[in-house]
Amino acid sequence: MDFELTKEQKIIRSSAREFLRKECPVSLMRELKDDPNGYDPALWRKMADLGWHGIMIPEACNGMGGSFLDLAILLEAMGEVCCPGPFFSSIVMGATSILRAGSDAQKQNLLPRLASGELICSMALTEPGNWYGLDNIHTRLDPDGDGFILNGNKLFVENAHISDLILCVAGSEEAVAGGGLSLALVDRKNPGVRCTPLETLSFEKHCRVVFDNVRIPRENILGAFGAAGKTAEYLLEVGAVGKCAEMVGGIGAVFEKTVSHAKNRKQFGKSIGSFQAVQHHCANMEVDVDGARFLTYQAAWKIAKGIPAAMDASMAKAWTSEAARRVTALGHQIHGAISFCEEHDMHLFYRKAKACETAFGDGGFHLEKIAGNLVS
Amino acid sequence: MEFQFTERETAFEAEVEKFLKAALPEDWPEHARQWPGGYGALEPESKEAKKIAGEFNQKLVEKGWTTISWPKAFGGKAYSNMEQAIFDERMSYYHAPAFSIATGIAGPTILKFGTDENKQDWLPKIANKEIEMWLGYSEPNAGSDLAGIQTTAVRDGDAYIINGQKTWSTKAHTADCAWLIARTDPQGHRHKSISLFVVDNQTPGITIRPLNNILGIHSFNEVFFDNVRVPRRNLIGQENMGFYYLMTALDFERLMVGVGAFKRGLERLTGFVRQAERDGSPLGRNAAVRQRLADIAVRIEVAYLFFWRTASMLDKGLVPSVESSALKLVTTELSRKLADVYMEVLGPYGQLLRDEDGAPFNGLAPRGYLDCISATIGAGTSEIQRNIISMRGLGLPAR
Ligand SMILES: Cc1cc2nc3c(=O)[nH]c(=O)nc-3n(C[C@H](O)[C@H](O)[C@H](O)COP(=O)(O)OP(=O)(O)OC[C@H]3O[C@@H](n4cnc5c(N)ncnc54)[C@H](O)[C@@H]3O)c2cc1C
Repeated sequence: MDFELTKEQKIIRSSAREFLRKECPVSLMRELKDDPNGYDPALWRKMADLGWHGIMIPEACNGMGGSFLDLAILLEAMGEVCCPGPFFSSIVMGATSILRAGSDAQKQNLLPRLASGELICSMALTEPGNWYGLDNIHTRLDPDGDGFILNGNKLFVENAHISDLILCVAGSEEAVAGGGLSLALVDRKNPGVRCTPLETLSFEKHCRVVFDNVRIPRENILGAFGAAGKTAEYLLEVGAVGKCAEMVGGIGAVFEKTVSHAKNRKQFGKSIGSFQAVQHHCANMEVDVDGARFLTYQAAWKIAKGIPAAMDASMAKAWTSEAARRVTALGHQIHGAISFCEEHDMHLFYRKAKACETAFGDGGFHLEKIAGNLVS
Repeated sequence: MEFQFTERETAFEAEVEKFLKAALPEDWPEHARQWPGGYGALEPESKEAKKIAGEFNQKLVEKGWTTISWPKAFGGKAYSNMEQAIFDERMSYYHAPAFSIATGIAGPTILKFGTDENKQDWLPKIANKEIEMWLGYSEPNAGSDLAGIQTTAVRDGDAYIINGQKTWSTKAHTADCAWLIARTDPQGHRHKSISLFVVDNQTPGITIRPLNNILGIHSFNEVFFDNVRVPRRNLIGQENMGFYYLMTALDFERLMVGVGAFKRGLERLTGFVRQAERDGSPLGRNAAVRQRLADIAVRIEVAYLFFWRTASMLDKGLVPSVESSALKLVTTELSRKLADVYMEVLGPYGQLLRDEDGAPFNGLAPRGYLDCISATIGAGTSEIQRNIISMRGLGLPAR
């Protein structure tokens, strides 16, 4: 057992933090919240130049050849500043899916372009009326000549409107009986693809996406047709742990800011941190943040090692989702009225925590999964 | 012991209900878009809603319902406090746009502590809704610790000269007068050197700077006082007694919890759950969702009982103080809990803000999720209410 990062990992963390502090302060999130694209292309390129996009991509494909744990460290640093942009959808979801299920040709074609930042991806999973998970996928991918035809409706597709490729989870008529899912890489510029941005609490850019008789060439199917259920499940696991890493960063930053406020703010002639009510809030936050960090790193470590991590991912997501909600609410509580101002940063973390909570299953969804495993 | 209304009270409740149904459009709560217990979205936003609110308040004045429990001598109806509470409950259930510092806080405080002159000057105007007030308590260095205010009021002939800064001043930009505390004796004991004033917003030397809250709404302000000359007769009660009046004014404020809005909030969510499906099966069958709704129902019942208790105390001539803190604590913590449950039950759809995107309740839930943050901070934080309950109420030693 060793809870410490390796020397290399510490360098990844400290250089990421240093870079983000300069190039991506929390104020950037505020500036970009009404920007239709929701990211800063110059910052995007700089991150790619630093090798962040390719962190998990093999060197042969112009990546850094690192692991999912390295990626988690980056995500945590990004979470600390609410870093806006399509990194999560392109790299955590896009690159992972191709690494996991892509053919050699797909890897050689797509991974270098992901590593260079040229390619932006998103993942289309949730459908109207559905909750979390892979049940009830009605979007259909049906064989048609030498390719396929895609039809369906998706919601909460992060950054779809600026994506080059949308990774779509679909079923098919044949598959309905067998329950097999497919993963299709859809060219967003295809005329049958319609993206409408949604306005959401978190300022993240989510879209409704309609696929209307979109022709998908065979080479754009990821893995085997009708047999991508396992891959999709793995992607949800990775997505959940990735969101945990972002949340750990976010609530770590909230915790730090809040303890510092408790030390500095004076009422009744002393710092508010001298009141036990405030001290206990801070202690509860510490336990929440550490618990989240340990569970998240344990799950990320297992994923990086290729050890089955479904339970670990669910535990991390269940705890961290709830912890993020509690910690950001306490951050507000201890800051008092000043944190209720639009220009204060606290609500950006509070909003982001809610978005991370609902991505890839909230606490209740993952508790249910854990329960299923316990009693079966 | 009796857990029911008298015949008279029941009849009054029905009368209020009838009035509200006639005076407000059926879809008013959708216009109002307030979150139970929140302080961030008190004012209706659209022009149309503002017009409806204005007309509604005129109808209240005509009915004599702005001051139901005031004595007849001051234009009141001399109804019981329980009837006042019944009125407030129904009003908040219908999200009636009548939140008023003047009638809810300033009026009752003047009735209790004001001089005869104060009563003549202010009570008729308050009863007729000619003036609305904002609360000038908090300052950058005095939030929970209100005795730490630095704004000063110095006597100068028949006037006071006020200097200083107030902050988080909700509705200062729409109200007519400040209900303001300032220090009148810089050398005096912290609690015995503060006085309470009514200050006309139009007085020269007052600058109001807007602050947007996290919902993006301009609800509160910073207000600067630069040699503001206030007539002496605007002092409420006696000089240097303001902190004691303030404690009572805060107790009145903490009775204004809008308890009916919570019940309405639960009913709306329950209505949604009844007809919604999740992954193809009825949401109303989901055990976790059912438990959450039931939990809220129990908490609302507790809030109602705390609410009726304060009214019943007032009618017995007792002054709820610790009890109004408990009521404020229970309802505002419930405000947060209700927002949590809304968001959980709506799942990913809870994030949606706009009707056209298919947002349930036109985005009420995410707005409430933001607004509920203010509930446990404004009007004295939850920690401060717990301090009051344990120290003032239980006699536990102060640190
Ligand atoms: C939406 C909104 C509207 C408002 N409107 C008005 C208004 O119209 N007029 C007005 O005058 N004010 C208004 N306020 C201000 C409100 O009254 C104060 O925010 C509140 O009293 C807390 O003060 P503070 O924000 O300075 O927090 P602080 O007093 O700095 O408190 C920070 C934290 O320390 C804790 N703390 C402080 N002292 C103690 C203690 N002794 N024991 C334990 N914990 C403690 C608090 O509970 C809180 O968690 C409004 C506030 C909000 C959020």
